[in-house]
Amino acid sequence: MKIDGARVDYIANLAQLAVTEEERRELIGQMNSILDYVEQLNRLDTSGIEPTTQVVHTTEQNYSWRADQPRSGFSQEQSLGNGPATGSGHFKVPKVISEK
Amino acid sequence: MDLNSLTARKIRGLIERGEASAVEICRAFQDRIREQDPEVQAFLHYDNDFALEQAERIDRMKHAGEPLPELAGLPMAIKDNLLIRGLRCTCGSRILENFVAPYNATVIDRLASAGAVFLGKANLDEYAMGSSTENSAFQPTRNPHSRDHVPGGSSGGSAAAVGAHMAVAALGTDTGGSIRQPASFCGVVGMKPTYSRVSRYGLVAFGSSLDQIGPLAHGVEDIAGILKVISGKDPLDATSLAVDVPDYAGGLGQPIEGLRIGIPREYRQSGVSETVRTRIEAGLKLFQDLGCDLIEVDLPHTDYAIATYYVIAMAEASSNLARYDGVRYGLRIPGQGDLSDMYRESRDAGFGAEVKRRIMLGTFVLSSGYYDAYYLKAQQVRTLIKRDFEAAFQKVDLLVSPTSPTPPFRLGEKTNDPLSMYLSDIFTITANLVGIPGISLPCGRTPEGMPVGIQLLGKHFGEPVVLKAAHAFEQAGGFAP
Repeated sequence: MKIDGARVDYIANLAQLAVTEEERRELIGQMNSILDYVEQLNRLDTSGIEPTTQVVHTTEQNYSWRADQPRSGFSQEQSLGNGPATGSGHFKVPKVISEK
Repeated sequence: MDLNSLTARKIRGLIERGEASAVEICRAFQDRIREQDPEVQAFLHYDNDFALEQAERIDRMKHAGEPLPELAGLPMAIKDNLLIRGLRCTCGSRILENFVAPYNATVIDRLASAGAVFLGKANLDEYAMGSSTENSAFQPTRNPHSRDHVPGGSSGGSAAAVGAHMAVAALGTDTGGSIRQPASFCGVVGMKPTYSRVSRYGLVAFGSSLDQIGPLAHGVEDIAGILKVISGKDPLDATSLAVDVPDYAGGLGQPIEGLRIGIPREYRQSGVSETVRTRIEAGLKLFQDLGCDLIEVDLPHTDYAIATYYVIAMAEASSNLARYDGVRYGLRIPGQGDLSDMYRESRDAGFGAEVKRRIMLGTFVLSSGYYDAYYLKAQQVRTLIKRDFEAAFQKVDLLVSPTSPTPPFRLGEKTNDPLSMYLSDIFTITANLVGIPGISLPCGRTPEGMPVGIQLLGKHFGEPVVLKAAHAFEQAGGFAP
C-alpha cells in the first residue's frame, strides 16, 4: 500500500488542504486504488524515451514570438475587485508569522 | 418560430430579411429556458437584460443598414469556466461562487464581434473535473432525453442546453473528452479543435497541456461557422499559433470518396456495449457507402492512455489550483490562526471531493521521491501514444471510434467509484494527449431512445477534413438538423 494515513497528512500539508478523519479514510482507499491502476505504466520499458511535456505543433513559421513592448494591464481597482479583504490598495491577509 | 430547427445561418437570414428581430429570437429562447431549465438544470446563472442588450445591438445594425456579422443573433450558452466581463464565473465551485469576471475571454470577444448573444453560463463538473456534471457544487444537470440519465461531462450544461433547444449553440472545454462525450450523450455535435488552434485566454485553467475550447451545436455547419470565429493566433495566449484559419464552412459538401478511414483494432476490445457497437458498425457502413476506404490500424499503447492521462491531468490540476488560496479572489474562511490556517480552511470549504482527490493525487505524483516513477513515466508514455497516432496517420486520413463505450448512464451510477468514471473516457482522452482535433456527432439511438455518438479524429490542424467527413456523414445518415 503506497498511501497510508501519515502519507495522506503529508500530501495534504503540501497541498494546503485540511483533511477530516472521514476524508482521510476515504482518500486512503481511493488513492491506493487509482495508483494501483496507474502502476500498469511500469510494464512499459521507457528507457531512452523523451518525455512529452507539451503538444504545441510548431513549425518555423508559427513560433510564438512577439515584440517585447510594454502594454497596460489591469487597474489597481480591477485587480482588487474580487479580493475578499482589501484596504489601502492592498489585499489583506492574516498574520504571516505565527506565534506558535 | 420553430426554435428546434434554428441554425446560425437561418437566424441570420431571419434577421436580415426582417422576418424576426434578434430581440424576438433572444426572448423566445429565454422563455424556453424559463420553461425547461427548472428540470434540465443546464444553466448555473443567466442575465436576461445582458443578453437582450446584445440582441438589441444586432437589431440596431439591421435598422442602420449595416452588414450583419456572420453569427448575428445566435443564442449561445457559455460554459461557466469561461470569463464574460461583468458576469460571475463559478467553475461549478463554491470557491468561486461570487467571482465576477474582470475581463472577457478572447473567444468571448471574438464571438461578440461576430454577433453572438450570450444567454447564460452553463453548468459543469467542478473545475471541469468529471464525466457526468454531477460534480457541480450547485446542481446536477439532467439529460434532455431522459431526466434519470446524466448529460455527460464536464461540459454537461452546454450540451444539455443545446440538446434541449434552450440555446442554438454553446461553448465547452475539453481536457479529456469534456466536449465530445456530453455532445454524444445529449445527441448534439461537439468539437475539440487542435491544441493551440483556439486561444485559451480567459479560460480557467485545469490541465494546461490538455485544455482546449470548442463549440457544441446541432449540425456540423454551425460547428464550422463558430470554429472559424474563435480560431487563430492571440497575443494573450502564447500557446495559440499563427496558423491560417480556413473557411471551414466553405469546405463542407464536397464528396469524401476515397478518404482513408482508420479503425483502431484496440478500440474493439475496450468494453464497448452491444448497443453502441451496433450503431458504430452501421456508421462505418455509411462511410463505406460514401466511398471511403476502411482500414484497420494499430494503436498499441491504447491500454495505457487512461493511466497516462490521469497522472498528467492531476499533476497539472494540482499546480493550477494552487492559486485558490483565499487571498486575491474567491472564498476566504478567515480561521482562527495564521495565514496557513486561512489557506487550508478556505480550500477545505471551497473545493468538492473530486477536486480535492485530484489535487491530492497530483501533489503526490509531483512530490519528491515519486516524480520520476509517476509523472516523468507518464510523460514518456505520452510520447509512445503520440508515436502510435503519427504512425496511424501515415496510413489514414481519419480515425473513427465510438465517442463513449456506453450510452448515457444513470445519475448516481458512478459517483462512488471514481475509477469507473475515469474508464469511460477511453476513446476521447488520447486526442488531448496527442493534441489532435476530434468531433463527436449523432449516430442513431439505442432501443431506449438514448443518443449514441460517433467520434472522428484528424491530424494536427486537420479540422477541414474532420468537418468535411462529419458533414457528409450527418447528411447521408439523416442526422442533420
